[in-house]
Amino acid sequence: MSAASATPANFPSSRRWLVWSGIAALCAWVLVPIYLVALGALGGRQGVYQWPKTGLPTGISIEPFLLFLRSEGVTQSFLNSLGAAGITVVLSIALGAPAGYALARYSFVGKDSYRLLVLLTRAFPLAILALPLTVSFIRLGLYDTVYGVGLIHTVLALPFAALVTQGIFLGVPRELEEAAWIFGCSRVQAFFKVVVPLAMPGIVATAVFAFVISWNEVFAASVLTVRNRTLTAYLLTVLSESPMHFRFAGGLLLILPSVVFIFAVRRYLFAIWGISSK
Amino acid sequence: MADIIIDRVQKTFAAFHALKDVSLTIGDGEFVSLLGPSGCGKTTLLRIIAGLETATAGDVRIGGKTVIGLAPKDRGLAMVFQNYAVFPHMTVYENVAFGLRMQKADDARVKAQVERTAGLLHIEEYLDRYPNRLSGGQRQRVAVARALAVEPKVLLMDEPLSNLDALLRLEMRTELKTVLQSAGTTTIYVTHDQTEAMGLSDRIAVMHYGVIEQVGTPVEVYNHPRTRFVGGFIGSPPMNFIRLPVIAGEVEAGGQKLAVPAGATGEILLGLRGEAVERVSTADGLPMHVRVAEPMGSHLLLTGSIRDQLVRIVLPASETVRGGDTIGLKLDRDRLTWLSPDSGKAYPATP
Repeated sequence: MSAASATPANFPSSRRWLVWSGIAALCAWVLVPIYLVALGALGGRQGVYQWPKTGLPTGISIEPFLLFLRSEGVTQSFLNSLGAAGITVVLSIALGAPAGYALARYSFVGKDSYRLLVLLTRAFPLAILALPLTVSFIRLGLYDTVYGVGLIHTVLALPFAALVTQGIFLGVPRELEEAAWIFGCSRVQAFFKVVVPLAMPGIVATAVFAFVISWNEVFAASVLTVRNRTLTAYLLTVLSESPMHFRFAGGLLLILPSVVFIFAVRRYLFAIWGISSK
Repeated sequence: MADIIIDRVQKTFAAFHALKDVSLTIGDGEFVSLLGPSGCGKTTLLRIIAGLETATAGDVRIGGKTVIGLAPKDRGLAMVFQNYAVFPHMTVYENVAFGLRMQKADDARVKAQVERTAGLLHIEEYLDRYPNRLSGGQRQRVAVARALAVEPKVLLMDEPLSNLDALLRLEMRTELKTVLQSAGTTTIYVTHDQTEAMGLSDRIAVMHYGVIEQVGTPVEVYNHPRTRFVGGFIGSPPMNFIRLPVIAGEVEAGGQKLAVPAGATGEILLGLRGEAVERVSTADGLPMHVRVAEPMGSHLLLTGSIRDQLVRIVLPASETVRGGDTIGLKLDRDRLTWLSPDSGKAYPATP
């Protein structure tokens, strides 16, 4: 109390001003590019080439964007991308989280080399692996399928999923799990009733990460597909020959799902329980 | 309700013997403390009983049946952890109800039990809250309520009060004793705090380096320690040990002739509780050189030396002694412990 009254009267207000300007700057950092892309996508041919730019949403309509969506292959590749990202998220959590749990809770022979091995999967550039992968994918019948792309993206996301979830499970006190065992849970029940709810924010963050990895990946998707392209691979081949407002529309379509996805899971991203038994 | 028999339990971690052949029988409804310094194996023993750790050898029987190989949930016990371990993602109500829900108890029974135990531990007001909005003391109450709500046959407590501040600890200790006395559950209580163990227990098992050194009621353990370690660990101030020469089956302590147990020759170790003395004139008693005198209010604590050996002596608060004084002490014959200076073990009490 005495410390607060000793500071100048305008100190709290200037402090608040600082906080709010920081928030505004951060919001602008994210929102302004999205806004400009959206303006380009919705402004149509005239909007894109208009000069000087007003920066105001005049003369926009959903029409140019719908036209883009209706053009050949866009919708299909969008769905392909969603499919591949979905497979990536599900598989990397389903396989990565148990691996992370094992790394966090058990000590076993070769634990450190296992951890290193997990990381080593990222040591080989995809470019080197592209040809053999294509050959074996053709043999396995996975070539030019969404599943194939999803699998490759899982390989990319899995090491991070395992290592990140390891850290998350380490953050869940062991005593809580033991308490669950004592009070009637089997190991599996304790995992789902106690560990998973507490680890949820971290697991969701991992899912977001896996989603973004898959959604943004373009090289493997381009190499491994011909007709069933993902959105990034499709846009890469098509956009260079497209008019400007089509490119903006493509950009907007790439941004939107990530934003929607993160917005949908935002609740789980924050540690609402504040894991702490101290 | 159940008795617990711990039969020659051993536990090794790699080359480290955490428990060496520990045996202990705990009667139905009894409150037994495992007391010892950190690293003595008391928590390991508790975790073996709980099923959180597996014994390298030996048997644990609860209610006559061996529990070796059973999962913790199938042992019919409840536990209170040192760090409370209340589930942060559940309300206090759901925390207390957790064990019953896992037993698939119907809602009416859950509600009745939660309200009963919440009442016992005075947490009715917090039932809707999440644990992160509770203080340490309140969380520990929730943890105890959760354990009692399942009406366990056996209750295990692992240093449940060590994370609380001193005042709260005293309050919770009294309350625990009240609650557990009425519950009548067989309880094993792990602690390194001898006052907790003394205050709460029917019997205390003092552990040291993976061995139970002595089992007995608080008064037995206090007055008749079986080893030098037990005497030194229990009591505040700890027991004093004074080496004295034995001459013809007796030792001479400032005019007092004290008979020593048969078989003691050469030297003997006298175990002397700080308050088992009476102040007499310097000429008549065992002389003690007082180095520091601390008036504690309820008593006077003296630190000094007898025959050049460090001792702590407790006198009534009415006495006046200053540092540098020499005083005479008369020993209370009935409250002395005689130990072998080599093995540190007590001689059997003289009849």
